[in-house]
Amino acid sequence: MSAAPAAPLLDVADLHVWIEGSHILQGVSFTVADHGVTSLLGRNGVGKTTTVKAVLGLVPRTGRTVFAGRDITADPTHAIASLGIGYVPEDRGVFAGLTVAENLRLAERRGQTPRYELVHDLFPELAKRAAQPAGTLSGGQQQMLAIGRVLLNENRLLIVDEPTKGLAPRVVAEVADAVARVAEEVPVLLVEQNLALVRRVAGQAVVVDAGRVVHTGAVLDLLDDAERTRELLGVSRTSAPATHPQGGTA
Amino acid sequence: MNVDTEHAPRTSAPAAAQPIVDVRRTRRVPGWAAPAVVAVLLLSLPFSTLSLPGLFEGTLNSPSTLHLLATCLVFGGLATSYDLLYGRVGLLSFGHALYFAAGAYLAALLMWTLELPLLWSALIAVASGTALALVLGAVSLRVSGIALAMVTLAFAQAGSILVIRDPGRMTGGEEGLALNPDTVPGAFIGVVNTVNLYWLAVGYVVVAVGVVWWLGATPVGRVWQGIRANEQRVSVLGVNPYPYKLAAFTVAGALASLGGVVYLLVSGGVTPAITTAEFTLTLLVMVSLGGAGTRWGPLLGAVVYTYVDHRLLQLAASDVFDTLPAVVRAPLSQPLFILGTLFVLLVFFFPGGLTALPGRIRAALRGRGRAAAAS
Amino acid sequence: MSTVVLLVVTGLGLGALYFLIASGLSLIFGLMDVLNFAHGAFLSIGAYATWWASGHLPGAGSDGFGFLVSVAFGVAAGTLAATLVELGVIRPLYGRHREQILVTVGLSLAVPALIQAVWGADPLTFPRPALVSGTVSLLGAAIPTDRFLLIAVAGLVLAGLLLFGSRTRYGLIVRAGVEDRAMVTALGIDVRKSFTLVFAIGGAAAALAGALGGLYFGVVTPFQGTSLLIFAFIVVVIGGTTSTVGCAVASVAVGMVQQFANYYTVAGLGDIAVVIVLAAVLLTRQGGLAGATAGRVA
Repeated sequence: MSAAPAAPLLDVADLHVWIEGSHILQGVSFTVADHGVTSLLGRNGVGKTTTVKAVLGLVPRTGRTVFAGRDITADPTHAIASLGIGYVPEDRGVFAGLTVAENLRLAERRGQTPRYELVHDLFPELAKRAAQPAGTLSGGQQQMLAIGRVLLNENRLLIVDEPTKGLAPRVVAEVADAVARVAEEVPVLLVEQNLALVRRVAGQAVVVDAGRVVHTGAVLDLLDDAERTRELLGVSRTSAPATHPQGGTA
Repeated sequence: MNVDTEHAPRTSAPAAAQPIVDVRRTRRVPGWAAPAVVAVLLLSLPFSTLSLPGLFEGTLNSPSTLHLLATCLVFGGLATSYDLLYGRVGLLSFGHALYFAAGAYLAALLMWTLELPLLWSALIAVASGTALALVLGAVSLRVSGIALAMVTLAFAQAGSILVIRDPGRMTGGEEGLALNPDTVPGAFIGVVNTVNLYWLAVGYVVVAVGVVWWLGATPVGRVWQGIRANEQRVSVLGVNPYPYKLAAFTVAGALASLGGVVYLLVSGGVTPAITTAEFTLTLLVMVSLGGAGTRWGPLLGAVVYTYVDHRLLQLAASDVFDTLPAVVRAPLSQPLFILGTLFVLLVFFFPGGLTALPGRIRAALRGRGRAAAAS
Repeated sequence: MSTVVLLVVTGLGLGALYFLIASGLSLIFGLMDVLNFAHGAFLSIGAYATWWASGHLPGAGSDGFGFLVSVAFGVAAGTLAATLVELGVIRPLYGRHREQILVTVGLSLAVPALIQAVWGADPLTFPRPALVSGTVSLLGAAIPTDRFLLIAVAGLVLAGLLLFGSRTRYGLIVRAGVEDRAMVTALGIDVRKSFTLVFAIGGAAAALAGALGGLYFGVVTPFQGTSLLIFAFIVVVIGGTTSTVGCAVASVAVGMVQQFANYYTVAGLGDIAVVIVLAAVLLTRQGGLAGATAGRVA
């Protein structure tokens, strides 16, 4: 007996975003399955970060966004997040003036028991540095805090934007480990340019170029095709831990 | 990640669906029609013996009415110069009053202490005011946004303190300075000659409005528009916004200083009231009242504001209000209360200001017409 | 020496007054991006409500416990006014920064004018409780007692705000929100509820400043709030909007500079010194306003 294909967890249709007169997203459509990792890929500046921000309602957008069967297109960000979406932004978004413990406490949600044990198990550093102001943490530690924050609650979807960006190679490995572990439990929408990490978590790939989706399919199928990869993503090496390109907003 | 979010994100799609205007109905009115009408109106007022009871104390050509109109026009020109910064380039300055006051006080001082004749005092005062705007502008415009607002506020506040505390015993402190009648041509002295002051004010408005309109139509004006819309984009296109902003600041300061000199003549003196931050805020109110960034908005807003301000005081001083209960009379005799409250209501219901009103009414009527046609 | 002591304590006293005004202003601007020009109006409301209560409210008075009741009444009035302003005028304009600034400007003109309509433009003598009359001798200097009251009250408010920030959930939300409001919403928190709270706190502190300012100046006038407000703005710019302690330090700095400069230079030019400090701070590191772009207000 073949099961009917499960409804997508997140269904994005015809997303348009204008920022200060520029047409950044020109009709982005894709879906995120309710298991595994969906990787949002593309060169610098194509609109990846804008896409996830639009899903979360952080930028004005038109189109249709449906999460777990509910139309969230016109919802404000806090309502969308409360539905069970955890967001790890590109700049980590930790509050520098608050301590590590306060950062975590802020993420607690009413009606849910915060899973401090899980977070501290995964990131023992956070337990050790509970009273330290988050602004004094290293880049890698801040990333752990940002990830820990979204693990505190039982979220139905995690949106993670370039978690390894700007980190030293050793730290990249640690963060990649953490993301991979998390991805085993919760569906993740991952924006990444570090193709080694993308390959490791596999799943689906959605490639964006110039504000549109130009390719969807299995990640491994894409990355194993060197020519396709170079054409769509502009890189030739897909298996080594990347020296990720520096640069601007996705 | 500090994005300016809104809880109900408005779609920011460019306005593609605008109601089709019925071309047959809109008459093609030549661009010079409105200014011509206004010019004729202004020029004919002193010759009209029309009496508008309630609106004005005397006939239209009476000294008190002409004086009120002259004051309105001076502020109209000043508001237009402020709109150059606020409405056209998008610079929020809280210190514009400084240059207006500089022009007025410098001219008054020169006429008293050095007994320079009016023309020389005026020239030096305006030149100095312009130089001051250039220097302070060069410094202030290194920052933008709220920081610019605060810096300009700070400089104006310093000026205000200097005038009020009066360390050199020159500015007259709280009392202010009167106009030195010996240095002013007889044509501007005396109640009989109020009409000449009116002409002076008309001349100033023409200059101020003309300069702002003309510059707006030049390539410089287009850069200003670009800066107002998106300053970053302008610099990305290879144009350095700073000299353009400085130019706007200096021109606005020059026009304000000129307005200060005219104000000195029209009012017969200056007081520290024109140096306060509050005064610049009333400029902001005037401009927004009429419609920032529009051709006529600042002038219209300033005229309405100044008229209401003075008229209410006139009425309060007369016996017209005596029949009203104290509860109503007291607030009515405080023009700032009426104006402030009206302004708050205006921001809510008519954010485009008075000049946007005709358009809104037209759109509303059209909507109702369509609904009626559909039913 | 005794002059220096006097200047230091009075400078602290002035700084305390500024802190009471600037703390709320800083929270409001930091969290909501609203330049609240109406803050001076809250101050005037607090001052006049206290004055009125001391003469007309049963149970209140101009001395002892009665004076405390008067001040409590004034603070309540200011808090109520601020809450109403946020709910009725600011909240409906959410997201429209330019309009929000314009309405606070309108209120800053209308409210003191209304006060003037009711009680006139002349300064009214403010009650002076016996406890804070006279002077206290400290290290050879005779210091007016009310300065110590100002410093004590400001200290209590500072402690209260710090406790609020660290011990309550709303305080945590506000501290995070002044840093990165968007991220707070991404955590599922509706920051709008904090807006009213922050306005109310600001109104309470400003009203308290009005009442204590009445003690400090001896009189109350309708536009007192507006003139003090400018210095509060200067404090917010210098001290930044992300730290209450930073605001306190900046308040003290401004008060001190003003007192010392006013004494050692020609009277009145001390205020200009403060203005110059502001300009210097803004032009070198943009004070606490780094990040505020033209796009926010134009």
